[in-house]
Parts: sequence; C-alpha cells; structure tokens
Amino acid sequence: MTKPLIEVKNLTKNFESIEVLKGINEKIYPGEVVSILGPSGSGKSTLLRCLNLLEVPTSGQVIFEGVDITDKKINLAKHRQKIGMVFQHFNVFPHLTVLENITITPILEKKVSKKDAEEKAMNLLKMIGLEEKAHEYPRKLSGGQKQRLAIVRALAMEPDVMLFDEPTSALDPEMVKDVLDVIKKLADDGMTCVIVTHEMGFAKQVSDRIIFMDEGIIQEQGTPEEVFDHSQNPRTIEFLSKVLY
Amino acid sequence: MEFITEILEVGWKYRDLFIEGTLGTLELAFITVLLGTLLGTLVSILKMSKFKPVSLIASGYIGVIRGTPMLVQLYIFYLFVPEMSAAIKALDLPVYFYITLSLVINSSAYIAEIIRSGIQAVDSGQSEAAKSLGMSNTNVMVRIIMPQAIKNILPALGNEFIMMIKETSLASTFYINELMKTRIILQSTYFLTWQPLFVIAIIYYVLTSLLSKGVSLLERRLAVSD
Repeated sequence: MTKPLIEVKNLTKNFESIEVLKGINEKIYPGEVVSILGPSGSGKSTLLRCLNLLEVPTSGQVIFEGVDITDKKINLAKHRQKIGMVFQHFNVFPHLTVLENITITPILEKKVSKKDAEEKAMNLLKMIGLEEKAHEYPRKLSGGQKQRLAIVRALAMEPDVMLFDEPTSALDPEMVKDVLDVIKKLADDGMTCVIVTHEMGFAKQVSDRIIFMDEGIIQEQGTPEEVFDHSQNPRTIEFLSKVLY
Repeated sequence: MEFITEILEVGWKYRDLFIEGTLGTLELAFITVLLGTLLGTLVSILKMSKFKPVSLIASGYIGVIRGTPMLVQLYIFYLFVPEMSAAIKALDLPVYFYITLSLVINSSAYIAEIIRSGIQAVDSGQSEAAKSLGMSNTNVMVRIIMPQAIKNILPALGNEFIMMIKETSLASTFYINELMKTRIILQSTYFLTWQPLFVIAIIYYVLTSLLSKGVSLLERRLAVSD
C-alpha cells in the first residue's frame, strides 16, 4: 500500500479556551483530491492551516512525507516549500510585479537562476492566460486573476500537495469558474489537493473523497456519491439540505 | 500696523543670526531623527520580540519616555547624566552631546512606535503567504513585510522630523545653537524682546508647512503601487 503524503494524528487546536479541533486523525494519499466541507466554525480552515503549520496545533502530530513537521527542531520552511497554499484573500505581494510574485521564492530559497525562474514563471502565466500582465503590478488584476496568480506562485515551488482555503469565497461570481478551472486542471494532472470550499458542485465533481466536518471533528467521509447522495449522518444531511438547492 | 514693519526690519537686520539659528535647528532635528531612527528600529525589534522580558523592557522604555515631559528629560541629561559616575565625568563631553543624546533618546521612543505600528499594519496574510511558500523568516521580513511597511513608516518619520523641528526649541534652555537661542542673543545684546519671537515663529511656520507639503507629496508617491 502507498504511504500517505500527509498523516494527521490526534490533532487538537484550542484558541484561548475554545476547542476548535477535537482530535483529528486523517491520511491524505499522493494524487488524491480531498474536499473538506462543513458549516463555518466547524474547524475545516483551521485543520487545513495546521497541515502547513500556519496554525500550530495544541497537541498531536502532522507527518508530511514521513517527517513530523510539528517537531520544533526541523527546518519548517524547507518542508513548507513542498506544500503549496492558496488563500481566500489571494495574498499576492502588492509591491512586486506579477512575474516577481512567482519568481521571488524560487530565486531566494531554492537558488534557481533568475533566467530559469522567469522562464518557468512565463510558462505558468501562459497556462493561466496572464503572460501579458507579467510586468504589471497586482493592483491592475481582477480578483480572479489575482487568485490564479496566487495558484501559479505556489506551483512555481513545485509542491507535492496544494492546499486551498476557500479559494473562491472572496471572488465575484463571474470569476469563480476561471479559478475552479485552474484547480480542476491541477487535479486532473494528478496534483494532490486538499480543498476547503463552499462550492458543493465543484467539490462533488472534482473530489476523490469528501470529508464533512462539524464542531471540530470529522463527522463523515467517503466518495462524493456516498456523502452527497447516500449520507446516513443526520448532521451531513442537515448541512447539505441547507446549502444545496 | 507699525509693529509689522518693526518685525520685518529686525528680521532683515539680523538675518545672519536668524539663518545661523535656522541651520542649527535643522541640524539638530536632522541628527536627532537620523540617530533616533537607528535606536528606534532597535527598540521596535526588541518590543516585537517573542521573548517576554525583552519585550517588556522595550515597552517600559517607550512608556517612560513618552510619559514624561521632554524638558524634564533634558534637565536630567544636562544636570544628572554628566555627573553620574567618575568615569563619565572624566570624559568631559560638551553640553551639546548630552542634549543631543537626550533628544535622540526621546525621539527613538516615538520612532520605535512608528516602526512597530508600520510593520503590524501590513496585512498578516502577506507573511502567511510568504511562509507558506517556504520563505525563511528573515526573507519574509526583509523582502515581503519591510518593503510594504516602509510606505507606512516614511511619511510618519517625516512628521516626526517636523515635530522635532519644533521640539528642539527646548534645547535653547541649555544654550544650544538653534533658533530660540537667536532670540536670547538678540534680547540680551540688543534688548529686542518681542520682535525676534515673531520672526522665529514665521521661520518655524514656513519650515514646518514646507515639510508638511513634502510629506504629503511623499505619501502620494508611495501610495501609487497600492
């Protein structure tokens, strides 16, 4: 059996006295596309942010490619290079050009030559149809363009997994599809993806596995059909009845 | 309106003295803000330290200096600090040194807060994104946070410079060469009591409003990439 890419063991996270995650055990395998669904406040974004230690777990372990990244002695930055992340609010770097947004980290941290980094960045920009904006600053981009830039910025580090934290929640409706198309292409090309989303149709279509979270625990998981069409869990059924028309 | 002509006459007649005083004021304000920025940067780094005792000491430093009058601090550096120990006494440093030191320390506390708030005003998503890409903490700070924070910091430093131009007038109490000392000279030598005051007020006003214009110009230039 293949080894999991990410393994989460007994993960808990408290903010002050509030228990946001109450003991999560989960494995993500290479090539899998996993969507995490659940009502707001269920802990799904916190779980995702624990996977690259943007949130430091209160207890438990996150094993990434066999290494416990909650261990304080490891070089966390090196491991994070293999874990791409896309945020709800894009977080593109406003003081850098579109091209520099993509090339800065490979040049600084992986010692890629400027020429190679730029060549690769241009190819990535072509993939998302933004090559003409390479030398513009992000303020000239629409929300959808910014988010696509953020995706290829993460891809430039050649990650083994991509984490998406509600990637379309801050977008105007007409921009959602462009962004989802890029994510779908990644998923189809075999990239391991963990997606926190409210786009139910997209999750159903693109995912190998759906995780449903509520109140800090995984309530249910299975294939999209199992969770969307044949769920026995009353919480899942209640949630889906509220979000699906 | 006779007094206006009288003010202008005094201003013109003793222009060399006023120019000298103005240059003294600008020099003092410039040195203070320059060195205050260096010291203030250090203090702001200490204040943002995750190591609590260090951060508390920096907070205490900022709190005490901002919470006590500058004139009191200047007197302490004029009367007490030079006599603090035999070793310091033996150095026999000029009053200008101690007064400048006091101004630098005072300014550093305000500048430390300017720098800290400038850095913390940068959206936390920026450092999260940089960290998630695998950037080292140093590069996150130097390449992502600071270039954005500088846009908040520079105009505020300009305003601090404007403040210092006015605050340095207190240094005349200790016969430091600056604009207000020009008034003391004119009063004691030529018995001109009120005329120099108005000339000096005009000079201060012209300086500060010109610099304010400069700061808002700078602000607009820096805002371009947002």
